[in-house]
Amino acid sequence: MTERNGGGRGEDRYNATDATERRGDEGTFREEAMAESIGAGSPEDVGQSTYAAGDSVRQTVGIGRSTESGSYTFPAFDDHHPPEKDLIDDCVHCGFCLPTCPTYVLFGEEMDSPRGRIYLMNKGLTEEPMNDQMVRHFDLCLGCMACVTACPSGVQYDKLIEATRGQVERRYERSAEDKAFREMIFQLFPYPNRLRLAAGPMRLYQRLGIRDRLRKSGVMNRIPSRLRAMEALLPDVPKEEKVPEVTPAVGEKRARVGVLLGCVQRVFFSPVNAATVRVLAAEGCEVVAPKQGCCGALSTHAGREEESLNFARKTIDTFENEDLDYFVINAAGCGSTMKEYGYLLRDDPEYAERAKAFSEKVRDVSEFLQQLGPRAERHPLPVTAAYHDACHLAHAQGVRQQPRQTLKQIPGMQVKEIREAEVCCGSAGIYNMVEPEPAEELGERKAKNILATGARMIVTSNPGCMLQIQASLKRMGHDELPMAHPMEVLDASLRGEPVETLLR
Amino acid sequence: MERSRLIQAMEDILGPEGVIHEREQLRTYECDGLMNYRVIPDLVVLPVNAEQVQKIVRLCYDEGIPYVARGSGTGLSGGALPVESGVLIVMSRMKRILEVDLENERVVVEPGVINLWVSQEVADEGYYYAPDPASQLVSSIGGNLAENSGGVHCLKYGFTTNHVTGAEVVLPDGSVAHLGGGKAPDEPGYDLLGAFVGSEGTLGIATSITLRVLRKPEAVRTLLAAFKDTEEAGDAVSGIIGGGIVPAAIEMMDRLCLEAVEVAVSPGFPDAGAVLIVELDGPEAEVENQFERTMKICEDSNASEIRVAEDDAERALFWKGRKAAFAAMGRVSNDYYVQDSVVPRTELGAVLKRISDLGEEYGMRVANVFHAGDGNLHPLVLYDGEVEGEAEKAEKLAGDIVFACLEHGGSLTGEHGIGEDKKKYMPKMFTEEDLDTMQLLRCAFDPHYLCNPGKMFPTPRLCGERPGPFRMHPVQKAGLAELF
Repeated sequence: MTERNGGGRGEDRYNATDATERRGDEGTFREEAMAESIGAGSPEDVGQSTYAAGDSVRQTVGIGRSTESGSYTFPAFDDHHPPEKDLIDDCVHCGFCLPTCPTYVLFGEEMDSPRGRIYLMNKGLTEEPMNDQMVRHFDLCLGCMACVTACPSGVQYDKLIEATRGQVERRYERSAEDKAFREMIFQLFPYPNRLRLAAGPMRLYQRLGIRDRLRKSGVMNRIPSRLRAMEALLPDVPKEEKVPEVTPAVGEKRARVGVLLGCVQRVFFSPVNAATVRVLAAEGCEVVAPKQGCCGALSTHAGREEESLNFARKTIDTFENEDLDYFVINAAGCGSTMKEYGYLLRDDPEYAERAKAFSEKVRDVSEFLQQLGPRAERHPLPVTAAYHDACHLAHAQGVRQQPRQTLKQIPGMQVKEIREAEVCCGSAGIYNMVEPEPAEELGERKAKNILATGARMIVTSNPGCMLQIQASLKRMGHDELPMAHPMEVLDASLRGEPVETLLR
Repeated sequence: MERSRLIQAMEDILGPEGVIHEREQLRTYECDGLMNYRVIPDLVVLPVNAEQVQKIVRLCYDEGIPYVARGSGTGLSGGALPVESGVLIVMSRMKRILEVDLENERVVVEPGVINLWVSQEVADEGYYYAPDPASQLVSSIGGNLAENSGGVHCLKYGFTTNHVTGAEVVLPDGSVAHLGGGKAPDEPGYDLLGAFVGSEGTLGIATSITLRVLRKPEAVRTLLAAFKDTEEAGDAVSGIIGGGIVPAAIEMMDRLCLEAVEVAVSPGFPDAGAVLIVELDGPEAEVENQFERTMKICEDSNASEIRVAEDDAERALFWKGRKAAFAAMGRVSNDYYVQDSVVPRTELGAVLKRISDLGEEYGMRVANVFHAGDGNLHPLVLYDGEVEGEAEKAEKLAGDIVFACLEHGGSLTGEHGIGEDKKKYMPKMFTEEDLDTMQLLRCAFDPHYLCNPGKMFPTPRLCGERPGPFRMHPVQKAGLAELF
């Protein structure tokens, strides 16, 4: 018997709904404990809102929060950038998006599909309030944009969900602990220095066996699942490979480009940045890496509008006077947001034009290298690699062929395709931290498909995917499978390193 | 039964994760692929196995609660439209391929399995599942069974009914029946499976379906021919079929449709008044010979351009353009109303002319994409639902198109089904006696009228009951049937 998309009969029958079930059962406890663990106060302090009414705990998809807190606004959306009616109307309800939507794949429920969410957005414009149920289904969306690729009607779901998330963040009163957890993420991840500091204690917590003790103490073991997920995701912080502010081109200069160093990328994958700069220089680019902050991608994808716009403005300020031909990005999530700056800042008279001009120069690094054309000599790397499409590269930016070409231009390199390539790995920005259960299921699904390729290594273009896939493989006892960014692979080839350096 | 008690009873069967009852959530189920009709169901239930389906149906039967089965919700006739105060049984979690038995060329699947998965499952062994509705990457086998779905390759290979050899079904009284054959291809007795396929969910709910898979043909050749207008393209179609060639598929798209598709998926189709996609498959030698003749016929019909797919990628591109046609209408119009009439192939030209005249009369745009080989038209009436009265006007125009097709000896539907949308036209095509005879069959399966009630027939009525004075049906009078 074969199983497609999980779920089904007999013993496997709860697979499809596993996550849902667990959410239902544990939601309340988990959230309370989480609140406690991050200092949001005791459950009593958090108040009535954490205690879910029996009914709501049993929701098919419900995190177990009641509506008693009065978080109920009607209609769901106000006039400030609601999901646009015109864009909603592009949806003809054909359902072509269903099979590529990760949450529909997991739950098989209409309201956790793009078509269903768009339906809810439409209802939210005039007919229905923004309440726990509605927010829950928007929260569960990974924002992977696989539906944008699948949609034959050209529905711009990316814009719709971003607008919706903005409304949710402004108008919906999250429970105290949820709010606190999210706040913690956004005080941490966009700031590489803080992230670097925080990653240490998390290791410590693990090394000292606090987790094991928590686990053994019965109820406590299943409590801080969000924190646990976060901790399990973050690997050891490698020694930082610094990138110079200016790196001269090797040989005749073909372009002057700026590189974004990213936040997660900089802290956990600094070798990727170093490789990117070396590759760009080797291909004839003068590379500029000014002192810089977060590009705002995480905040944008989470609907934190003001915060994201501030990050965007600062990033523009940092780069725009450097006289650059292109802004080259090696993290898919960052690149997709920076390509959107023009849209995001459309209402800002001071920045609208500048943002538009900025976005036009943004390129993913593989996209840019293919546009430039290969010049430096590629040395052979005899290895078979599975290429994983990062959603924010493939779906959000439409960049699929370029990274594959980049790899295939290396002699000896075999590129394997992964089954269900269009389905998200579950990383999705902050998703695997705020929705750990479905993220875990998706991660393991992806890991299984990767293992099935029989490839010796994995190549992917986004730090979030790397963390997620690494964590999933580790859980499944396969942490031996090496992983690299296309730039690390190309760098090894250009430098003539033996293939073993990639397989360590 | 009180709603809260019903919810409890369903949760006892399915667990809380299998029951949806919050208002906002239910609203996302209020329509299927046809948005013109909307009804909020009382409850949505999501069974994961046949046993649960049986228990749900039995509960409904005992309590007299009407219910509707739904697959992926992509139907275009409102067949899966919920009924008020009824239960919607969604099969999306029953999605396992249960058995692959290629020695007997059969695959057994649960109803929620997506059509395309079947072909993907057996592709490596050189097999495929022939019925290929445009929605094949999302529509479910259960839904295909209910609607007797067709697809572009039905011209040569037949509809779903020709590819289903057996089904396990839960009957409206909650009993389980096995219709059709096991491994042997045919069984004696009434063809109940034949009655069940295409019954639009009114006779029961299939819980496992046995499909016939075919060996992939040795050779496949596909061409795309551009014409000045649909009339010339129609001539080519007649020429090909009249020439004794049975292509695997002949599809036509008119200018408006081509424009939409170009915006949506950029297949790079020629700028023309009509485009034909012709696909031939079979043994190499036969295909080669017929392909030459097909090209010649297209040339003789003044084709302005003929493109031959050089490889699988190019063929896939041709089909991508065709299969995205409906959904692509969203690019050129806010809303559209699709019809699904069938006309005799020889009437194609006349009917297309009439449709174009009707469009002008109403001042509305009508795009045409259709299975030209078997005369199955899909006129798409484009309108803007936000403009007051447009929707009604579109529906009226669509109705006139149906009447025009009937006048030319056609039928109401080729493959989308009657459902909610076209039931009102049934008396235009069938006599009262015809409809009553169909009711007799329905009543034999569903005497309490609980299984997808209100669909397919113009006037819902209880079995054995008819408006006006009682009049015995001729079939009954003759002692050939009795009312249950």
